[in-house]
Amino acid sequence: MGAPGQSLQGEEAAMSKAKRRRRELRAAGLLTAPFLFVFLIFFLYPTYKVIALSFTDAPLIGDGQWIGLANYAKLLNDRLFFTSLWNNLYFVLLTVVPTTVIALLIALAVSKLKGRMQALVLTLFFLPYVLPVSVVTLIWAWMLDFQFGILQPLIAAVTGKPVPVFRNPYWVMPMIAVVTIWWTNGFNVLLLIAGLRNIPEDLYEAASLDGATPWQRFWRVTWPLLWPVTALVLTLQLILQLKLFDQVYLLSNGGPFNSSYVVLMQMYREAFQLNNGGYASAIAMVLFLVIVIVSVLQFQLLRIGGRK
Amino acid sequence: MTARRARNFAFSGLVLIAAMIWIFPLYWALTTSLRSENRIVSDAGVFIDELNISAYVEVLSTSKLPIWYLNSVATSVITTAIVLVTGMMCAYALSQLRFPGRKTLYLLVVASFMVPVPALYVAQFILMSDLGLVNTWWGIILPQLIVPVVVIVYKQFFDAIPKEMREAVLLDGGGEFTLLFKLYLPLNWGITAALAIITFITTWNNFFWPFLVVTSEDMMTIPVGITQVNDAFGVAYARMMALALLAAAPVIIGYLIFQKRVTEAVMISAGVKG
Repeated sequence: MGAPGQSLQGEEAAMSKAKRRRRELRAAGLLTAPFLFVFLIFFLYPTYKVIALSFTDAPLIGDGQWIGLANYAKLLNDRLFFTSLWNNLYFVLLTVVPTTVIALLIALAVSKLKGRMQALVLTLFFLPYVLPVSVVTLIWAWMLDFQFGILQPLIAAVTGKPVPVFRNPYWVMPMIAVVTIWWTNGFNVLLLIAGLRNIPEDLYEAASLDGATPWQRFWRVTWPLLWPVTALVLTLQLILQLKLFDQVYLLSNGGPFNSSYVVLMQMYREAFQLNNGGYASAIAMVLFLVIVIVSVLQFQLLRIGGRK
Repeated sequence: MTARRARNFAFSGLVLIAAMIWIFPLYWALTTSLRSENRIVSDAGVFIDELNISAYVEVLSTSKLPIWYLNSVATSVITTAIVLVTGMMCAYALSQLRFPGRKTLYLLVVASFMVPVPALYVAQFILMSDLGLVNTWWGIILPQLIVPVVVIVYKQFFDAIPKEMREAVLLDGGGEFTLLFKLYLPLNWGITAALAIITFITTWNNFFWPFLVVTSEDMMTIPVGITQVNDAFGVAYARMMALALLAAAPVIIGYLIFQKRVTEAVMISAGVKG
């Protein structure tokens, strides 16, 4: 009596399980399809395409011949490319550590404030980050205008005379770095403040009870506990600043005498002005590889940091 | 005690002064924009002492700023909407469903983080040109639709929702779409707002890609368009600063209104990148 009923139930259960599974698969297909479609066509395909193009002599629009590693061989003899690489590195040195230090100082100061005062100060420091890059460069071009710029008296006080900073090979990169730090620093401040908030208050109290000076409290409590966030800020900045293009294009256009020429600038010129799609792709690949390597190192570094 | 209070007060004052110096370029742009061109080059006091809006009037009436606003609003809104909907659906599948290729898809999304998008611009431009989308809204939009951080953040938040709630909806006969739009999404409105804001700001501010894919002045977005006026005006400081501030107004006002959400969004999107 009981046995056939049970097996029937079992079959039904098996049926509905199979049905449920089919429904799950169909839902998964429908839900992932739109993203997959966009991802494949506008991301994975261009990724493949830029790799493929780098082995050809294709113009920007139109087909080219397979030329093997010739583009890469050409890169090794391209002095402008090494100038660009060097300028990228120089810019990284000018921005990554300085912006992190400035952001840390601001974050420490802001986190000591309370209530509305803190909100107001944070707003002022963060605001530039939401501006479009061309607004930032317009404002700074005016601030540093050779004839009427309000910062020129300051520059004249140091050097003895006004300097057309974006037309001077020694000033151009440091000044683009200043503009960039002003623009993007708010982001770092925010991350560091979040990191500071996660440090338990009782650790400071314990340190104070043990008679630690503020200096000791910073180096023994704040710094080590904040390090994961600081490391995150440093690596995010490194990747971001390697992708420098907008500010250079808008402020100095790579000049004077290529002193602010960077890798993406060269990619842009080769592809869109000199019509060398293949060669531009090879340049893009170098940047691609550098950033992937940095990202992987960052990932490893943060994972090791997380384990401790 | 009073000595300590005085010290705190002095410290707050110092930090406030530092913040005001930090924001000075923006203030100076405002001051300049409200002066007549003649006065800017003759004498320049630091305080706002003139409320001359002729530079604003002229910029709005002679430049194509209104059209660029429209292009920026349209492309940013469409991009944000598509990024959120596709990202949310994909994240839901990754988080709650078992299907072949799930792990591979997730790895691909995570790996795409590392790719510097500008390195793809040459290939993406060729693609847009093949599709006939140069100088169109879709040409601006399509390559900007890949925002892996949206998928990853949504997945993390969906992962955290207790399974019991899911079972309850399933027992009531609801399907996966009901689950997503009636349970998982409403539980995550906050994160949705944050992701929408950060995606919108990023798209609105993007310069490099729209600069490449648009050459016609009528199709430009704000960040690209205002660099054209630069060439047209010649030396005209008040007008340049009025232009810069008009271009920046939407993001500045938006930030001041949604401040909390913006800061939350920045932290969430960066937390994931680690």
